[in-house]
Amino acid sequence: MRAALTISGNHAVLTRANPLAKFGGVFLITLVLALSIDWMSASVALACELLLFPLAGLTFTLLWQRGWPLIIAAAVGGWSTSILAPDSGKILLDVGLWSMSEGSLELGLGFLLRGLAIALPAVLLMSCTDPTDLADALAQKARLPHRFVLGTLAAMRLVGLMAEEWQTIGMARRARGVGSRGTPWQRMRATLGQSFGLLVQAIRRATRLAVTMEARGFGGASRTWARESTYSRLDIWVLLGGAAIAAGAVIAAVWAGTWNMVWLERS
Amino acid sequence: MPAHHHGGVRPAAVTARGWGWRHAGRSKPAVNALDLDIHPGERVLLLGPSGAGKSTLLHALAGVLGDSTAGDGGPADSDDADESGSLLIDGEAPRDRRGRAGLMQQDPETQVVLSRLGDDVAFGAENLSVPRDEIWTRVHEALDDVGLAHLPLDHPTSALSGGQKQRLALAGILAMRPGLILLDEPTANLDPAGVLEVRDSVGRCLDKTGATLVVVEHRVSVWKDLVDRIIVLQPGSGTQPAVLIDGAPDQVLEQAREMLIAAGVWVPGYVPATRRRSLFGGPDIENLPVRQELAPGQLLLAAEGLAVSRERPRRRGFKSIPPLPIQPDITAQVRAGEALTITGPNGSGKSTFALTLAGLIPPVGGKVSATVELSRGAGIDPYKWKAEQLIARIGTVFQEPEHQFVTGRVLDELQFGPRHLGHGEERVDELLERLRLTGLVDANPYTLSGGEKRRLSVATVLAAHPQVLVLDEPTFGQDANTWAELASFLSELLDAGTAVVSVTHDQEFTHVLGGTELRLDAQGLSAPGVGPAGVGPSGVDAPEAATP
Repeated sequence: MRAALTISGNHAVLTRANPLAKFGGVFLITLVLALSIDWMSASVALACELLLFPLAGLTFTLLWQRGWPLIIAAAVGGWSTSILAPDSGKILLDVGLWSMSEGSLELGLGFLLRGLAIALPAVLLMSCTDPTDLADALAQKARLPHRFVLGTLAAMRLVGLMAEEWQTIGMARRARGVGSRGTPWQRMRATLGQSFGLLVQAIRRATRLAVTMEARGFGGASRTWARESTYSRLDIWVLLGGAAIAAGAVIAAVWAGTWNMVWLERS
Repeated sequence: MPAHHHGGVRPAAVTARGWGWRHAGRSKPAVNALDLDIHPGERVLLLGPSGAGKSTLLHALAGVLGDSTAGDGGPADSDDADESGSLLIDGEAPRDRRGRAGLMQQDPETQVVLSRLGDDVAFGAENLSVPRDEIWTRVHEALDDVGLAHLPLDHPTSALSGGQKQRLALAGILAMRPGLILLDEPTANLDPAGVLEVRDSVGRCLDKTGATLVVVEHRVSVWKDLVDRIIVLQPGSGTQPAVLIDGAPDQVLEQAREMLIAAGVWVPGYVPATRRRSLFGGPDIENLPVRQELAPGQLLLAAEGLAVSRERPRRRGFKSIPPLPIQPDITAQVRAGEALTITGPNGSGKSTFALTLAGLIPPVGGKVSATVELSRGAGIDPYKWKAEQLIARIGTVFQEPEHQFVTGRVLDELQFGPRHLGHGEERVDELLERLRLTGLVDANPYTLSGGEKRRLSVATVLAAHPQVLVLDEPTFGQDANTWAELASFLSELLDAGTAVVSVTHDQEFTHVLGGTELRLDAQGLSAPGVGPAGVGPSGVDAPEAATP
């Protein structure tokens, strides 16, 4: 339940890459996809990303389990774009207010593909990156303050606990006669009360955790790192891979004549 | 004085001279006029009633008490914490000796910092700027010392049991090579096996390193043989010294036995006196009205082939997958005026079963059914009852009282149930009286002591007058006085006709309540048997009078 997004026992190649390099690669791809809203660049990027799955230890089943809300969101976005966007070209479907034309379908498809192509790298990244390794890289390589980074990391562990606590408090309050069923107003009041209960418990837990960390010497100006965050040759390949996918997407779109810079669209 | 020890640990000395501490915003000091010398390598058990400042002293030694306006002669501002006298480790202020002392607290969940086993042990050593190679040497050694070396370094810390988490915390402390180990009720939240696990690990580590130990714990018998000195503190006051008695364990336990018992300390060889159970509706029920409507032994609630899990069905895309049950097949009966005690090791699903029985968790398989005597028209399945239907029939007391507080005042808390039901407010005064809460009616429930919170949580649930009372580890971490009060009260409730279902590790408690014991094993097999008192029947047929 608390496993979050990281796949436990994942030994795929990309788990060995430095988290910052992976972030860099993903950033390059996302940047290009944010520039244009055409279907060509998105589908090239998406195809390349799907090919990378085995390197991150992902399978389609795992992807669907972890990323289904994103996938459905992209599909809904694509669908509504294709029926609501201004029509151009041949009309394919016309049901009263809703109509779908070649132009709007193309736009909708582009939207769907781009949504997926931007969402997938995030799932890919999280499934092969351990939060602790990410924190190590952020503190040692990106030189973010270690107190902030490690504090956040420790707090994130509590988030999982809080999910369980929420469930327990919900039951405990039902046992006191506070129903989470009923009218929307009653439900909202019940949720507010439960949130307050959770807040109290969260603060208690956080205070005790802070004491634990301080008692283990946390908070000093300097510290050593048991795990060294290093760059390797693999990281160059990760960055080059990200750049190649980004470049490939642009070149394909320009070649196909679909490249469509977002800010030039309205001119 | 031991001069040299293994592992590069130099035992620490503690000196207190007229030391006192007042927490910010409090008028009374938590500790006052403490004079104390703890020699290097000594092992001290710290006892005293709640409010004697035991935890405050431990926190001060660990260097984690907040800032103070330390006796600078200026006018004391009551909003700031205030320190007086001196408290030193090896002649220096604890704050300036980071890593010299290591502290373990009560709640295992907050003793873990990082999500991988090895990283968590390394955390303290990293903060003390120990070189990398040295850190990993220490990590392996520390894990070996606490008996966790068989687990891989990337083992997820969330998958550890409570006892393992506390041993992990000990390993993290050992990796700092502290001269002083401070344990603040380290085993209060653990089952009996976990308690021994942690106690024995601490003992081994002390034998090896020779570090000084200060432990705070209510249950003296656990630590008695491991320590060589007991110090009894008393609540801070202006006139008396903080240390009440100080000496060798046997001597202190003899001299201060009566006083310790009065303070609710669990003194070895002493079981607090409790009310004996009598027959159903027997003569010695003081204040409780006998439930006339129920015949003794009347079946109220039954579990048949019940499979339980705390996890909700998981969503995999569009599919809904039922969780794997922790217990696949439990059969049990709950009867008026009889106790059902659920025992078994941690992780065997005891609490999950009790909460399912109480209509708070939906069954994964099998069913929970209420007889007409209990359901009174509300339907057969308690999980489907509305909240206000539930509390008037089955009351559940959770392990953590704070989870159940819904108002900001003790009196409102007690009146909450009756008000929702529209009847029964007259019972509130009786419960206040009976559970000694009368003086606290205007207090905020969150500010009460541990024992008071427990008594309040039992009272609030009983205010709705349920026929079945379910309690999850009611005696966990309670002092002997609260324990005795609770056990006596429940036995009286039973005699008055209420059915009591309790999840517990506490054998004495089980003995006082009598009835049936249902033992759940970790493998997922349930083995019903007759409890020590041998009162209740078990394994009888299914409820015949259940509503359709």
